[in-house]
Amino acid sequence: MTARMRTPLARVEGLGAAKAGTMHFWHQRVTAVALVPLSIWFVASALAYVGAEQGAVAAYFAEPINAVPMFLFIVASVYHMSLGLQVIIEDYIHQEGAKIALLMLNRFACWAIGAASGFALIRMTLAGH
Amino acid sequence: MADAPNSPGPSPRPYGRPLSPHLQIYRWPITMAASITHRATGIALAAGSLLLAWWLVAAATGPDAYALFARAASNPLGEIVLFGFLWSLMFHLLNGIRHLAWDAGYGFHVPTARFTAVLVYVGSLLLAAGAFALGLMVKAGFGV
Repeated sequence: MTARMRTPLARVEGLGAAKAGTMHFWHQRVTAVALVPLSIWFVASALAYVGAEQGAVAAYFAEPINAVPMFLFIVASVYHMSLGLQVIIEDYIHQEGAKIALLMLNRFACWAIGAASGFALIRMTLAGH
Repeated sequence: MADAPNSPGPSPRPYGRPLSPHLQIYRWPITMAASITHRATGIALAAGSLLLAWWLVAAATGPDAYALFARAASNPLGEIVLFGFLWSLMFHLLNGIRHLAWDAGYGFHVPTARFTAVLVYVGSLLLAAGAFALGLMVKAGFGV
């Protein structure tokens, strides 16, 4: 029955579904769930240290117990953010060339922010030991 | 859109008439406001991630780079921006949990959806105000 519902062209191509239809949705949810505890941890850390001196902040993030959740927070939020901004661009930008350019720029900007934050974190961790 | 069977075809649209009702025509249900706020706070948080990167890079670079960040963060305008970031994070977090509940199939009943929207607005404001006050107290303790 399935075979009869496919067009001759579809049968010849033999491609079928790519099995990736819900990937964007699912990755958005997985990062969202991860970000619930990570955000609470981040807000607590930021409240305690955003007004502190440079040495205190660097010493805080030199500890693996703080550096690891911060690293996870950065990765999860940068990925979640790139997925969310992608949807906004796809919703509002209809001109094909501008859309593709903005979608690329979105990925570049998000990963650049993530790389800068992550590198700063690694530097503080290594400097503390 | 296809024309009706006996229609004479598309007619030129008279000037000065709205195309279709738009955002300013509708009464704003709170669920719609919450949905729009969720997207707006998402954009605000993306911009805020630049501030987070600045904080971490400044702290990793040294006292001079950090002094610039600290000056910006402690001036009144900087404090307003930080409060905005904090509230955006609280709103997006609480409303995100609301979205996850919907994904699991809960909370679609209209009165429930209205109630949880109010909860998210009130809760995010209370959490942000409480956390911000706590942050100011911690900062006063550090004597910066």
